[in-house]
Amino acid sequence: MSEDNRHPHDHAHGSELSEMQLRVRALETILTEKGYVDPAALDRIVEAFETRIGPRIGARIVAKAWADAAFKQRLLADASEAANSLGFASRVGSHLIAVENTERVHNMVVCTLCSCYPWEVLGLPPVWYKSAPYRSRVVIDPKSVLAEFGVKLPPGREVRVWDSTAETRFLVVPMQPAGTDGWSEERLAALVTRDSMIGTGLATVAAEAAP
Amino acid sequence: MNSIHDMGGMHGFGPVVAEANEPPFHTTWEGRVMAMQRALGFIGLWTIDMSRASQEALPPLSYLSAAYYERWFLGLEHRVLAHGLVGADEIEAGRALRPGVKVKRTLSPAEVDRVMRRGEYTRPPAAPAQFKPGDRVHTRNLNPVTHTRLPRYARGKTGTVEAVRGCHVFPDTVAIGAGEQPQWLYTVVFTGRELWGEDSDPAIKISIEAFEPYLVPA
Repeated sequence: MSEDNRHPHDHAHGSELSEMQLRVRALETILTEKGYVDPAALDRIVEAFETRIGPRIGARIVAKAWADAAFKQRLLADASEAANSLGFASRVGSHLIAVENTERVHNMVVCTLCSCYPWEVLGLPPVWYKSAPYRSRVVIDPKSVLAEFGVKLPPGREVRVWDSTAETRFLVVPMQPAGTDGWSEERLAALVTRDSMIGTGLATVAAEAAP
Repeated sequence: MNSIHDMGGMHGFGPVVAEANEPPFHTTWEGRVMAMQRALGFIGLWTIDMSRASQEALPPLSYLSAAYYERWFLGLEHRVLAHGLVGADEIEAGRALRPGVKVKRTLSPAEVDRVMRRGEYTRPPAAPAQFKPGDRVHTRNLNPVTHTRLPRYARGKTGTVEAVRGCHVFPDTVAIGAGEQPQWLYTVVFTGRELWGEDSDPAIKISIEAFEPYLVPA
């Protein structure tokens, strides 16, 4: 694993593990005693990311776009308005942009400068998205990154990389797998993986069976 | 600032390693750091760009060797000290030694939904947008020692404006306390060959979100 990918404090190194735990706990104690944070509010933030805000939100948006051409037009014209109209608990503000994969172009999203990510619709980013290998390579050699994710595009397919250098956030709308016309939105949503909405994966019928 | 955080186009970091069924947090403390970041941000003493600038100011070796949420933690500690919310002696002691200073607001459990939506960064423009979709533009060769969102790999390059994204808070000024100074924001797209030379794959394009002060007409 790369430097940025590893979690030196998360595994078997007892002293390191307790050092970060202790430092974080100490800071929370100080901030609580001084009245700046309420631990109950922190609990609720953590709980939201562990239980409510995740890639199933994005998958429902994509599935609706596949099933409903008018919604897809709205989504591509103003993704914030379209996503907010579905009434999710975590609203996306006004800065969400949907980019559509087609026979001509495959889209990928990165933040080379930090870790900007559309967390309202995909949850918190995976470690690889925030890692030095992904951030450094995807803008110069996106196809080698795709190959590591097992994605091989047809010859001639353009790859377009979106570097999230401002507060705009990008959601990839993957291509709908062949043979799924007429499926319910619920069934379609099961084909939409997190990676397919970042651009490091494709939506496939095989995804339905995956965990 | 030309530091290690600006990684686009670097070589040598190895393969992208994905973890199957990755949980939102790998340890309890990661979640507490993320939650403290949001709760303290709600107080309103600093902005998201100041948070980014704190992490970018870490020494490059620390930046690379720290795990992601450890980097957040280091940035957070730096900011509570810099803003006088907490004293170095209190960090040392691991407990409060004095009452807190008065702050404008704090996040109550009932208000948590307010930090679970994205902030609004668009502002009324002071002037019309200088560019429109289809315009050819050149990125300036800027090398500020302070925060900027123009990555090194896209400086001094020629691209095409693809979209106008509205007028947004300008990170370069807000991060140094010089105010929001809202600027027009554009999606500017470059060919791989423009950014990486003639050996680059001709079938790749890369876009950045570029604030108007980063651009001049090509």
